[in-house]
Amino acid sequence: MKKQTKPKLSERLRAWDAGSFDLTASIDPDPPVPTVEHDVRQEDLPPLVSLSERETRGFRRLYPVLAAALSAVLVAFLLSAVLALPPYGAADNPPHNEVMERYVSQGLDETGAVNTVAGVILDYRAFDTLGESHVLYTAATAVMILLLAAGGGREEPPSVRRIMEGDPILRGTARVQVPVILLFGVYVILNGHLGPGGGFAGGAILGGGLILYVIAFGFEPLERIVSGRVFRVGIASALCFYSAAKCYSFFCGANHLETIFRNGTPGAILSAGLILPLNVAVGLIVALTMYGFYSMFQRGRV
Amino acid sequence: MNGLDLFQLLLLAGIVVCGIAACQSKNLLVCLIIFMAYSVMMSVIWVLLQAPDLAITEAAVGAGISSILLFITLKKLRDIRKKVRHEETDETEAL
Repeated sequence: MKKQTKPKLSERLRAWDAGSFDLTASIDPDPPVPTVEHDVRQEDLPPLVSLSERETRGFRRLYPVLAAALSAVLVAFLLSAVLALPPYGAADNPPHNEVMERYVSQGLDETGAVNTVAGVILDYRAFDTLGESHVLYTAATAVMILLLAAGGGREEPPSVRRIMEGDPILRGTARVQVPVILLFGVYVILNGHLGPGGGFAGGAILGGGLILYVIAFGFEPLERIVSGRVFRVGIASALCFYSAAKCYSFFCGANHLETIFRNGTPGAILSAGLILPLNVAVGLIVALTMYGFYSMFQRGRV
Repeated sequence: MNGLDLFQLLLLAGIVVCGIAACQSKNLLVCLIIFMAYSVMMSVIWVLLQAPDLAITEAAVGAGISSILLFITLKKLRDIRKKVRHEETDETEAL
């Protein structure tokens, strides 16, 4: 297995280098002949770029000039956009209209969230958050497809893993910090409707804690809790729950279902209508995606 | 100017310094660590701007997750480069 994958990777890299149009790199004048097991055949590749030294020199001289010109155009664009903004603090600025007033004055009654930001994210602008969650899910799927198509990431050799995981400083730090990090992540998710925080930030904290744990103690202990099955089912069900919980208001012009929870009251976690379950769903998606990214890059599977 | 203003000015100057330093550093690992420092300072500035939601997200995503992912990428690149170099020396020895 190892003997086969090893030459394959270098062949892939070479074929990739030969096929890509990287004009700045010095081009190999004698491209390697692909072997039989090489699955990208030479005739499949785009034609090799064989430019003489003279031609590339012109490109190299032009490259910084063009880059500077492009940057200048972009900067001019952005600066002109900034100059077109209304003056700072003027009374008739777009933010000073009825939308913001309504968010602040009626946000609690309409969304149930004490934290107005959470109310805006998960109720008034729930459609955007739904899109974000789908983007994360799609990104995770794309990474999975890419890595699996490339033959999967290889497990690190056991020697390297043992050195990394046996590091006493790392293990000691992780042993003290991981429970606190995970607890804080759960707190941030569960208090998103009452105070600063919410599903996205809390999920990122949870994912970071899981990654730290895995770096220190390896994948095996965590496998019992977050297996590939839990990953797939968790992400898909959280996404489905979010879509199902919000699609009613998307289709019915923001006319909400009556919820069993009361309006948000500071200190009461079980309040604020749909905001809390939505926060939990978003947190689950983000945490699992982050951990999944790490796991897929590190060992090619979740 | 009271202490808090001075602190905020220091943070803003630090952000600019970090931004330039991250672009200027040749070592990608150093660049990443500077980038993390940038995110941490940015999250403190969000707190001072009374946006605690953003501060938490910036600290978790900017300083935490994205740095971790970039570190993994760096490690993978090094592995691949080492492997290719190793194989090339093998081939020259065989010839």
